[in-house]
Amino acid sequence: MHVSRRSRLRHASCFGSLILMAVFTVLACSRPAHALPAFARKYGLRCSACHESWPMLNYFGQKFKDNGYQLMNDRDAPIWQNPSYWPVTFRITPIWHRVSTGKVLVDTYSAGNPIPTGTAIQRITTNGFDLSGLDFHTGGTLEKNFSFYVLPSSDNTGAFHFESVFARLDNLFGSPWLNVKLGKFELDNLLSEKRILTLTGNGGIYQLYHFIPVGDGNIFGQIGDNQLGLEVMGHSWNDRTRYSAALLSSSDGTVGLPYGNGYTGFFTASQAFDTGKAGVQRIGAYAMVGEAPTSWLTSGGPSSYIAGSGTGNKGFSREGFVGLFYFGQHVDLQVVTQHGEDSAWFGQGYGDVIDSISVLNNTTGTVLPAGSRSPTWNGVLFEPHYIYSPQLIFIGRYETIRMSQQSTPGTPSNLGNISTYTLGFRYNPFMTSRAGFAWHNEYNWLHQDGTAPDGSNLNSSEVLTGFDFDF
Amino acid sequence: MQRNNLRKWLLSVGAVAVVALPMPSWAQLTKYDLETRLGIEAHVGDVTGHAKDAKPDYRRYCVGCHGELGDGNGENFPWIDPKPRDFQLGVFKCRSTPTGTLPLDQDLFDTIARGMDRSNMPQWSTFTKQERADLVAWVKHFSPRWTNEKPGTPITIPPEPEVTPERIKAGRDVFARVQCWKCHGVLGQANGPSAATLTDDLGRPIAAFNFTEGARPKCGDTDRDIYRIFMTGLDGTPMPSFADNIKPDEAWDLVFYLRTLMSQPSKEKAMAKQLGLKPVDPNAPAGQQ
Repeated sequence: MHVSRRSRLRHASCFGSLILMAVFTVLACSRPAHALPAFARKYGLRCSACHESWPMLNYFGQKFKDNGYQLMNDRDAPIWQNPSYWPVTFRITPIWHRVSTGKVLVDTYSAGNPIPTGTAIQRITTNGFDLSGLDFHTGGTLEKNFSFYVLPSSDNTGAFHFESVFARLDNLFGSPWLNVKLGKFELDNLLSEKRILTLTGNGGIYQLYHFIPVGDGNIFGQIGDNQLGLEVMGHSWNDRTRYSAALLSSSDGTVGLPYGNGYTGFFTASQAFDTGKAGVQRIGAYAMVGEAPTSWLTSGGPSSYIAGSGTGNKGFSREGFVGLFYFGQHVDLQVVTQHGEDSAWFGQGYGDVIDSISVLNNTTGTVLPAGSRSPTWNGVLFEPHYIYSPQLIFIGRYETIRMSQQSTPGTPSNLGNISTYTLGFRYNPFMTSRAGFAWHNEYNWLHQDGTAPDGSNLNSSEVLTGFDFDF
Repeated sequence: MQRNNLRKWLLSVGAVAVVALPMPSWAQLTKYDLETRLGIEAHVGDVTGHAKDAKPDYRRYCVGCHGELGDGNGENFPWIDPKPRDFQLGVFKCRSTPTGTLPLDQDLFDTIARGMDRSNMPQWSTFTKQERADLVAWVKHFSPRWTNEKPGTPITIPPEPEVTPERIKAGRDVFARVQCWKCHGVLGQANGPSAATLTDDLGRPIAAFNFTEGARPKCGDTDRDIYRIFMTGLDGTPMPSFADNIKPDEAWDLVFYLRTLMSQPSKEKAMAKQLGLKPVDPNAPAGQQ
C-alpha cells in the first residue's frame, strides 16, 4: 500500500499535536510562576501592592522588577536587612481537576482476545486530586544595583530543573536606561506567562507564546519559555517608557548546548500613558528573530544524533503588539497579537531532532518537496479581568490562532488552527505582606482544527479547583 | 484645707478632661465618621481628587501600613521602623507651609510620588495624576483638621544665590550657631550628643538624618527642598523650624554647607576640600569657628 509523504506527515503531525498537548498539560501543571512573599516581607508591602492578583504584576510591581527587585530607596541593599531575613519563597498548588480529551485513538478488542483487533476513536475523561510542581523562588539584591534570581522548579513528580537563574547589573552609570542581565530568564513579555493567573493544562499557558504549526520542527520560537542569554533593558524613572533587547541561544532554554550555534534576538518597546481616572494604559510591540539548526551529524546510524552538532540554520520570526488597557480600578483588558513565520525547512518537519523523534534531519543533498513554503500564522489573545477587590479577581481569556499559509500546498488551510476559552476566579481570603493563599477555580476549553487521529477537529476541556499558596 | 484640695482636684480633673476629651474623638474614629467626610476633595493643578474614588487604591497599596482607619496601625505596624504615619492626627513632615499648619494638597501629592527614604514608604510614582490626587483627598478625609482648618500659606523661598567659598564657611557658622551638630553630629553622621535621646511627638525613638550615608533627605533632595526642610521643620519629629532663627540668606549658606557633608559629589564638596574646611568645633566660642 502506498502511503504518501503528505499522509505520513499528517499522521505524524496529529500524533505530534497530541504529544504536544500532553507535554503542555504536564508543563502547565508544573508551571513555575513568580510571586514572592519574600519581597513583601522585606519591604513590608502587601501582595496587592505589586500584584494585580498574585502572581500577575501590576504597574508598580513591573517597575519594581524593572529596577532589579528594588524600590530604589535605602531598603534595597541587603546590608540594611535584618540578618535573619531569607529571600526564599515556596509555591505549590494542591488541586482537583477533571480533564477531558475528545477523539483519542484507542485499541479495540474482541471478546476473549487479548490482542487488539482494531482501533477506535474515543473520548478520554479523567478526574481526581493532584499536585502542581514545587517552586523554590529566591531572588533579590546581592548589593544595591546587583540583583539575582534563582528558581529551581520541579514538575509534579519532583523532578527538578533550573527554570530561572540570572544575575543582573542594575542602573548602570546611575541610569535606569541601562540594565544588563545574564543567565536563564523569562523574556520581557509585557503579558507574562510566568505570572499567568490560570492553571489548567491548556489554559495555564498562552497558546500564542508556544504555537507550532502541525508538522513543524521548530521548537525554538516559543516566547513563553525561559531562555538562556543576555538581556539589555531600560526604562524611564517612572517606567512609562520601556525597551529591551536580548541575545539568546536558540536552545529554548535547554542547558548543556544540545543544539547548534544558532542565536535569536528578542526585542520589545512600550510606552504607557496617563489617562486620568481610567488609569495608565500601555501599548508596545515585540519581535523575535532567530535561526536554529536543521542538520545534524549522526554516529552509529541515521537516528543517533550527536548533541551539539546542529548546523544548517534556518530562520524564524514572531512579532506582534501588546496592549495593557485599564478602565478604572476594577476592569482591565490585556491584548497580544502575533504574526509568526518559520522557514519552509521547519515547516516541512526539519529542526529539533534532539527532543522529537518525528522531526527530520536535513542531511547532505536533502531538497524540500516542490512547492514547500514558509508556514505563517496570525493570532490574538484577549484577557479581561474584573477585580472586585485585591482579594477577588475574575479572569477570562479568548485566544485564537489561524494559519495564514501552510507549508505544504494543498494542506487544509485551517489545519492546526486553535481557539481556546478560559474562565476562572481567584479568591484570596486574606491579604498581608507575609504569605499568599488563593482559592483558584478555572475552566478551559480548547479546540484545534484537524488534529484528531481521524483528521477531524479535536476538542478538550478541563475544570480545576485548588489551593494555590506560597510563603 | 480639705476644701482647697477638693477644688484643686476638681480643677485638675477638669483640665485633664478638656485636654483629653477631644483625643478619643480621634482615637476612636469609626468608619461611620470617615464616611461622613468622603466628599472631601484635593486640588492639585487642574486635577481635582475625590476621596471616595481612592478607596480601592488605598486598600491595594496603603492599608497594610496605614491601616483601614488611617491611624498607622496596619498589620505591618509591629515590624517596620519608622512607624507608619497616623493620618488621623493631620500632622505631616513634608510641607511647604509653616510649622504647625496643614500642608498643601500639592505637598501630599509630591510626597506620594517621592516616597520617604529611610522608611517603608516607597515612591508611588506609577499612579496617574488623578489617582494620586484622589489619594491625597483620601488621606485628608482621615483627619478632622481638614474640615476645621485651612492649609498654611507656603513659605517664600528666595532665588538660590551663587555658591562661593565664603557662603560655605558662613553656612558652617550657621550649623554651629543653631546647633545642628547636637543631633546630626559635627560631621553629619547623626551621632551628636542628643542623637540617642530623640523621640517623635508620640514618644517613639527616632534617628537624626545621617548626611554621609548617601540617603535622600525625606522631603526631597534639591537645594530648594533642603532649604524648605529647615525653614518649615518636620512636624511630628524633633526637627524644628528655624524660620525664626535663620535669615533666608543664611538658610542658603546652610544648604551649601550641608552639601559638603553629603557623600554625593557636589561643587560645594569640591570647594570645601579646596578650602580645607574643618568640621565645626562644638567647644569654640560663638562666632569663632
